[in-house]
Amino acid sequence: MALKTEEMVLNMGPQHPSTHGVLRLELVIEGELIKDVIPHIGYLHRCFEKHCEVMTYPQIIPYTDRMDYLASMSNEFGYVVAMERLMGIELPERVEYIRVIMAELQRIASHLVALGTYGADIGAFTPFLFCFRDREKILNLFEITCGARLLYNYMWIGGVSHDLHPDFIRLTKAFIKEFRPNLKELNDLLTFNQIFIDRTANVGILPAETAINYGITGPNLRASGVNWDLRINDPYSVYDRFDFTIPVGNGEKGTVGDCWDRYYMRILEMEESLKIIEQAIDQIPDGDVSSAIPKRVKPPEGQIYARVENPRGELGYFIVSNGSLNPARVKVRAPSFVNMEVFGELCKGHLVADVVAILGSIDIVLGEIDR
Amino acid sequence: MGLLDQQFTDDNIIITKVEDLLNWARLSSLWQMGFGLACCAIEMMATSASHYDFDRFGVIPRPSPRQSDVIIISGTVTFKMAIRIKRLYEQMPDPKYVISMGSCSNCGGPYWEHGYHVLKGVDRVIPVDVYVPGCPPRPEALLEGLLKLQEKIRNESLVNQKSA
Amino acid sequence: MKNAEEIFEILKAKFGEVIIELISDKPAESYITVAPLEIDKVCLFLRDEDELDFKSLMNLSGVDDANGEKVKDENDNEIIQGGTLSVFYHLESINQKHKITLKVSTDRDNPEVASVEEVWRAADWHEREAYDMFGIKFLNHHNLIRILMPYDWEGGYPLRKDYQNPEFYKGMKVPY
Repeated sequence: MALKTEEMVLNMGPQHPSTHGVLRLELVIEGELIKDVIPHIGYLHRCFEKHCEVMTYPQIIPYTDRMDYLASMSNEFGYVVAMERLMGIELPERVEYIRVIMAELQRIASHLVALGTYGADIGAFTPFLFCFRDREKILNLFEITCGARLLYNYMWIGGVSHDLHPDFIRLTKAFIKEFRPNLKELNDLLTFNQIFIDRTANVGILPAETAINYGITGPNLRASGVNWDLRINDPYSVYDRFDFTIPVGNGEKGTVGDCWDRYYMRILEMEESLKIIEQAIDQIPDGDVSSAIPKRVKPPEGQIYARVENPRGELGYFIVSNGSLNPARVKVRAPSFVNMEVFGELCKGHLVADVVAILGSIDIVLGEIDR
Repeated sequence: MGLLDQQFTDDNIIITKVEDLLNWARLSSLWQMGFGLACCAIEMMATSASHYDFDRFGVIPRPSPRQSDVIIISGTVTFKMAIRIKRLYEQMPDPKYVISMGSCSNCGGPYWEHGYHVLKGVDRVIPVDVYVPGCPPRPEALLEGLLKLQEKIRNESLVNQKSA
Repeated sequence: MKNAEEIFEILKAKFGEVIIELISDKPAESYITVAPLEIDKVCLFLRDEDELDFKSLMNLSGVDDANGEKVKDENDNEIIQGGTLSVFYHLESINQKHKITLKVSTDRDNPEVASVEEVWRAADWHEREAYDMFGIKFLNHHNLIRILMPYDWEGGYPLRKDYQNPEFYKGMKVPY
């Protein structure tokens, strides 16, 4: 004998402690089961693309920082890689190595925030404090290099703004030595905790075919079993000189492509980033970091689409130039914008409490979705 | 006069005004509604974490506006969001305070000139008590803003209430 | 893996007049121009053909070419009449490891492009954004409404080159 049920529309956000920013979710539920989820975005639309059309090319770099504010170095990296390919600039080796070190440190810092807030959403508050404690050390490294903690304006077209501080290499080695045992501590506390596994395994399963059709990239795609990483499959900068593996999900605690897999990919990626930083510190040559920076940036008329591996996925810049000092069009292909489209599919058939777990595992940043 | 808890001598009895007592109680436990919008929200989270602790000033993050005293607007306010901020402000019970953190909510920030969807300063929709400049402000700057707010509360009076 | 010329030859052989030309003399990438109302059939072929295998859409973006004539309207503001709006598609194949760029151009005064939402589900929000920012209508899209601007925004399409800011929105002043 079945009870007669009715559908109800429940509104979550835009102000909500666990929507990771200003996101509004419209849940169509029947009891506790989700029938449909409709995300509404645009609450942080800051007109980045309109600003690009009136600024000069170097003036755009501080604005690119503010899109994905947890991974500012990667945003700048994508933009300067696109501009340097369009203009055909050759870079000194030292600049390439510095950029790789900064990008990998930024990847670790961004994953720490993602994992800390994911634990806080599920209900565990202590990993949040541990992750932020380690993050402060990375922000110290950034601060002695370029003076800022969060939004750097560090990578310029043709070089970087400041050379490494004399103490940077020593402090980075000390950080790596201290971070490996902390990572093991985080694993013991959260990753292999039975309550966490019960909440996240077999929840929000994303099959590989669906993921490719929806354009998902980054750790979310790799957790579904697809071995695709732009640092190896479409290399940029000097990534082809380092030896590191790409973690791929294999359904260890549940099914391939569930929330636990997506979480575990980020833990393994932090370990790989440490390896890349150690190799880069050993191989870095000397040189002048500002020798290739042009005085006026005036690219030839044309267009380019270039992409880098953001901590969240594939960040692409499509730049159309008409030969003047300002771009004609800059379009940013933000990974979180594309990753968010599959959210409605993932939530169908789950409970209301699982919506929070799935949203945290996709790891979105609203600044990048709305630009 | 300094903080009330420094007035105790060896008797555990002090004589003071009701105003000072109420102000002291209010400023020592300002519960904040964590209203993080953009990049400044990350600095606000870092301020609540263990390195620059917010809890030692009595500030706890609360998820709901009905249970909080102070709202820290951190990040860019867009038109779509401004309508909701007004509604949240009206849901907070009196006495309530607003800290505007960061350049975007002070005056529009780097988007002041060409942003067609950015509200140029959150004080166009709600009244603000303390402005904290910076892009993003360091956690120490936010703590200084909180101390300025505490100073402002200390000088409040029961008779001349600020009009809401 | 194939390069742009080979893909152009395969498409030209299959679709004929719908494929217009291959532009490859400008830096830094070459692209194939296609007719706007047939782009969905071309994309379906590109996705399902085994040797092309373009199973993933990397990017879909609208561009305002600003190549019309500038006239003054009744409020003495400068607007552009005539000319084209374009949409660029960047496709990629994970198995075959090649990429291609497609371009469609449509009239500025009545822009209409066939939607590729059925081919790649990733195009859904990209097309909504192109509609929101430029006013390009994608035919057969299941839900073509604004996505980034408020749903009741009357001020026009913001990323067009002749966009003018409204003075007020719901009582809030728009310019500084």
